[in-house]
Amino acid sequence: MKFRIRRFDEKRGSYWQSFEVPVTTAMTVLDGLFYIRENLDSSLAFRASCRMGICGSCAVKINGRPRLACETQVSKFREVKIEPLDNFAVIKDLVTEFEGFFAKHKKVKPYLINPKADYENPVEQIQTPEELKVYYDFSLCIKCGACHSVCPAAATLEGYLSPAALVSAYRFNADSRDHGKEERLKIVSAADGVWRCHSAMECSEVCPKQIEPAKAIQLLRVATLR
Amino acid sequence: MIECDVAIVGTGLAGMRAGVAIAEKSKKVSVALISKTYPIRCHSVCAEGGSAAVLREGDSFDLHAWDTVKGSDFLADQDAVEFFVRECPKEIIRLENWGCPWSRTPDGRIAQRAFGGQSFERTVFAADRTGFHEVHTLYERLLSYDNVEFFNEYFLTNLAIENGRIQGISAIDLKNGKLEFFKAKAVILATGGAGRLYGFTTYSHQVTGDGMAIAYRCGIPLKDMEFMQFHPTGLIPSGILMTEACRGEGGYLRNRDGERFMAKYAPEKMELAPRDVVARAMWREIIEGRGFESEHGPYIALDLTHLGEEKIEERLPMIREAAIKFAGIDPVEEPIPVRPVQHYTMGGIHTNMLTETPVKGLFAAGECACISIHGANRLGSNSTVECLVFGRVAGEMALKFAENSKEPDIPKEFVREEEIRIYDRIGKGDENPHAIKRELNNIMDTHLWIFRDESGLKEALRKIKELKGRYDRVAISDTSRKFNVALLSTLEVGYLLDLAEVVATGALLRTESRGAHYRLDYPNRDDEKWLKHSMAYYSHDGPRFEYFPVRITRWKPVERRY
Repeated sequence: MKFRIRRFDEKRGSYWQSFEVPVTTAMTVLDGLFYIRENLDSSLAFRASCRMGICGSCAVKINGRPRLACETQVSKFREVKIEPLDNFAVIKDLVTEFEGFFAKHKKVKPYLINPKADYENPVEQIQTPEELKVYYDFSLCIKCGACHSVCPAAATLEGYLSPAALVSAYRFNADSRDHGKEERLKIVSAADGVWRCHSAMECSEVCPKQIEPAKAIQLLRVATLR
Repeated sequence: MIECDVAIVGTGLAGMRAGVAIAEKSKKVSVALISKTYPIRCHSVCAEGGSAAVLREGDSFDLHAWDTVKGSDFLADQDAVEFFVRECPKEIIRLENWGCPWSRTPDGRIAQRAFGGQSFERTVFAADRTGFHEVHTLYERLLSYDNVEFFNEYFLTNLAIENGRIQGISAIDLKNGKLEFFKAKAVILATGGAGRLYGFTTYSHQVTGDGMAIAYRCGIPLKDMEFMQFHPTGLIPSGILMTEACRGEGGYLRNRDGERFMAKYAPEKMELAPRDVVARAMWREIIEGRGFESEHGPYIALDLTHLGEEKIEERLPMIREAAIKFAGIDPVEEPIPVRPVQHYTMGGIHTNMLTETPVKGLFAAGECACISIHGANRLGSNSTVECLVFGRVAGEMALKFAENSKEPDIPKEFVREEEIRIYDRIGKGDENPHAIKRELNNIMDTHLWIFRDESGLKEALRKIKELKGRYDRVAISDTSRKFNVALLSTLEVGYLLDLAEVVATGALLRTESRGAHYRLDYPNRDDEKWLKHSMAYYSHDGPRFEYFPVRITRWKPVERRY
């Protein structure tokens, strides 16, 4: 099968290169990328770690849509076209700069704010399965960047907090053990926050974990209005 | 040169827990968290089933310790185990306090479930994504401190040691290809296991034993490296882990006759015997022709169909998702095809109970270290919590050391020599490093698998030495600096080759069967000769082995039955 890859390095700039990859059953796009690196071109740069859809390393644009390379079967395509994620600066080939993306996550205070927590003598807090359910799905974000790469607000406004960070903000605000809701609402309702979202819903469309960032953003908007 | 008080290499569970421990105790000490991948891309996120801790009436520290010691086939150091089990509950509750979404009982308390080799339902879990949630909780906690700085995508190349004391480390900043030096008063290695020695493995791609190999080359002994854990249930063909919780929640293993064959091997514990026992039983079934056949080789059926969709969705949602995505099988409808798979490195960098290595100021924790609490076979759900318990210890020890030590110094010669080694000396030949790795994986999958014998091990050693010769003539085709994956994979293969030699030599020398190390030619445990730890020291011609006794406090070795 033909793998067409949009590559980049400082010397050559951006260019397309095709590779012929032998297909085996249950083969994923990531398997194909490794085949190329190990047999055809050892310089091909891409990120990969767990190969089971839980680490978030390998999101790339495959045939026009951001997906995790590790869980995308090649059998569903006639040819595989791979590009780096949009809205991220390219470092080399399919490897993009994620520092800014993670900095946004940090900005929303994505940790339980819990003044009662005693480090030396921790005490178990009660949280019912119903309370857990309120936020649990939003805790599944693997920070792969797929949502950010399709977000029209992120494309035009560099400082926009972007879907993944806002999911995190909602996840902690919805946690029954948290005491930081007001602080976080202030952050997400500022100039680069939830009101910049265009409601294009693309983020929910492409999320490999079916998290629905657009819904989290909507719920945060409602909360800021209270 | 980057200066910090404590450098932590590796940001899986152990490294990040160490970082939290330091930041909780001191706002002054500067901490550098250095990792090959972004922190939340670490292999710890792949841990699924849970973390063991004594939390409820009916369970006890003695029971947890006994299960662990018996599981270890009596190779664990019992004083370390006793310390470990007492620390586990606090770690679980701290994570709870920091936001970890533990699964709950109907009345809102932390829930627990059954795991292999336990005499109580002791495993705390967050659905079947335990490691993922633990990692994210620690990472997010770390974002709340001001004295912790992350250095993401830095690849460790060496340790600077002068006069028996650590001075810092060197690492390649992958994004720009620059060799960077971190001067540090104390260093913690938390670089994970050596799983990618094997081809059929549950490990993430980046787990190539870097920290172990570098420590070894610097003269620090590796302990008990012949003990590799094979997890009973790896999805075929990818090797993706199907958690032990599948059986903890009531799943069955069946051979092609539909028989729950564990009745023959472990009549009492059945599918919930420890991993070495179950993996051996499955392999026996397979080689005696009672496995299923497939284009991806023989397999055993992991049957969850009787659990029902509701329970599978609540307790094992990721397993269902992975089986559907990677094998096209919905476990609600049909059994999952599995085969034993390389999963854990019991051995590692030699440390004492306080995570101290023989080098002053250098500590090691998590899978890269061997304390040892797992001995010859680790119990499921003891590793994640080991990272938490001993990550904390390492953090506190490093903090204390840094607060009471003089300024470190990385000599100019070290810097110059390391730059020459990385950029000028490696990669001028014509051998493909990936081909070498593939062959190494085949050797390990064949000769250092579940059943071992002298001729296979000798053959493995001969081939590993041959590969090492070829590695001296390896080619790095890419000379650019930014994100040079050719350089990265070449260095990784070098680490793996050194480790493979240690594993194979240790396995050849140990003429007994204990825990995960099973010799067809020496099928019995031999306490008289082999109730001892192996220590491998680096030498140019291959590892030199020494042995020292296991510390036994309360539990004399007895026959291990399940």
